[in-house]
Amino acid sequence: MKRFTLLFSLMVAPALLFSACAPATTPIASPTTSAQVATSVPTIALTATSAPQTLTVFAAASLTGAFGDIGKAFEAAHPSVTVNFSFAGSQVLVTQIEQGAPADVFASADHKNMDALVTANLVASGYKDFATNLLTVILPPKNPANVQTLQDLAKPGLKLVLEDPSVPAGNYTRQILTNMSKDPTYGTDFSTKVIANVVSNETDVKQVVAKVDQGEGDAGIVYVTDALAAPDLKSISIPANYNVIAHYPITALEKAPNPNLAAAFVAYVLSADGQAVMKKWGFSPANP
Amino acid sequence: MQRLFHQRRVKKSPGWVFILPSLVLVGLIGLPLFALIWRSIGKDFFTYVFSENALSALKLSLLTSSISIGLTLFTGTPLAYLLAHWKFPGRTLVDMLVDLPVVLPPAVAGIALLMAFGRTGIFGAWLNAIGITIPFTTAAVVIAQTFVSAPFLVRSAKIGFAAIDLQQQEAARLEGANEWQVFRYIMFPLAGRAILTGIILAWTRALGEFGATILFAGNLEGKTQTMPLAIYIGFEQNIKIALVLSVMLLAVSLVFLAFLKKLEEPS
Repeated sequence: MKRFTLLFSLMVAPALLFSACAPATTPIASPTTSAQVATSVPTIALTATSAPQTLTVFAAASLTGAFGDIGKAFEAAHPSVTVNFSFAGSQVLVTQIEQGAPADVFASADHKNMDALVTANLVASGYKDFATNLLTVILPPKNPANVQTLQDLAKPGLKLVLEDPSVPAGNYTRQILTNMSKDPTYGTDFSTKVIANVVSNETDVKQVVAKVDQGEGDAGIVYVTDALAAPDLKSISIPANYNVIAHYPITALEKAPNPNLAAAFVAYVLSADGQAVMKKWGFSPANP
Repeated sequence: MQRLFHQRRVKKSPGWVFILPSLVLVGLIGLPLFALIWRSIGKDFFTYVFSENALSALKLSLLTSSISIGLTLFTGTPLAYLLAHWKFPGRTLVDMLVDLPVVLPPAVAGIALLMAFGRTGIFGAWLNAIGITIPFTTAAVVIAQTFVSAPFLVRSAKIGFAAIDLQQQEAARLEGANEWQVFRYIMFPLAGRAILTGIILAWTRALGEFGATILFAGNLEGKTQTMPLAIYIGFEQNIKIALVLSVMLLAVSLVFLAFLKKLEEPS
């Protein structure tokens, strides 16, 4: 009997411990902190400690190229710092941050995902837009389906690769299609016809670029910056009256393991140097 | 009280040396699964179970894994027999090749499948020329599942065939049975249990296939979005959906494994 009790307590103890440590299932409702509080750029006194530090930045997949460059420049300016990036669909990153991923900075491709973090009280002190982007149609180098105009996206049998509606770009794409359907040039059923051609809903824009680049898809809709970063691809621009402007917000996170560095990185992205890199990668400034 | 752990003790030894490390592993595997089920419980559990998205993913998963198993059985059983009883040049090579998908990361499998059967792939381009495209189709899901799961059946069946006494084959041959008859009436029934074990292992692996599928077949509800893909997408939208779908997949896999346990019991 004694043996049994001991064994039982050994088996149950970790389970109890686990459930005790687990965070509450439903986050306590909190008053939504007013979004977009101008981030007061703290005068960064990154004390001249040479102890190596790591900064973890979670950024939308469409920022892969630009933030890679910004990260290198930031490391050059702060020799003891290593910047680690995790690039994925913004919605993936939000889920990971909500589940406790130890990120310092979050840069989203839309406000919707950023607002979700604000609501969950996970944003340090509001967020700030640092870039904007537009969407465009991309085609494989050989253009196997002979897509020439935006109308061709509705051609039956076309293999169109989009992002899942939960991905910011996927959401923007569907808004654009809705805008186009309101124009008699395209017709009210344009959006329906185009969506019927979707062969895959990918989890981030870079997956769409890869599938179109491989020639598996006949067309895809991604950010202008993604098209610029893949010069082999052909593209058809979407006129401004249908296009959707994607606003990219950035923030230091409430639970950042390294809050000073997080603030410094956010400030760098918003600085003239950071903005120059964003421009180089095809992004437009947040406040033109 | 009856002893909890029966053991043949040569001399009195502290059983804890075995029990404690075992508990760590059992906890490591058990606790996350417990947490998964615990967190999935909620008043809207059945709303998600019977949602169109979940049912269509489950249906597609069951359909594609069944076709995949049929394909594996049809091609993998003869191959296992060859590997167990024939001597031919390159046998070791084929043996290793068939085992390779077990150790290969699924993402590698997905890229390899694209390079071979993608629209611009080495063989895919040729297929495309005669009007057959594989990526983004349900067939692509089946191919990805077969690629990763078939080795489990081949390995298991091979061991089953190898354990059969060759004298029985000889006796059958002396009676005038040809190679096919030996296979059909002697080997297949005798290796039946090993083949069934292989079927179940391969089936559960096919049901869980994710990496190769999302790369090679894409993600479209009702066509290529199997349970694991629906779980991944659910994780991004609403963790509750992901949890409920995970528990559904867990339940299906448990049924298969329970069946396997039944088989492993000595008759």
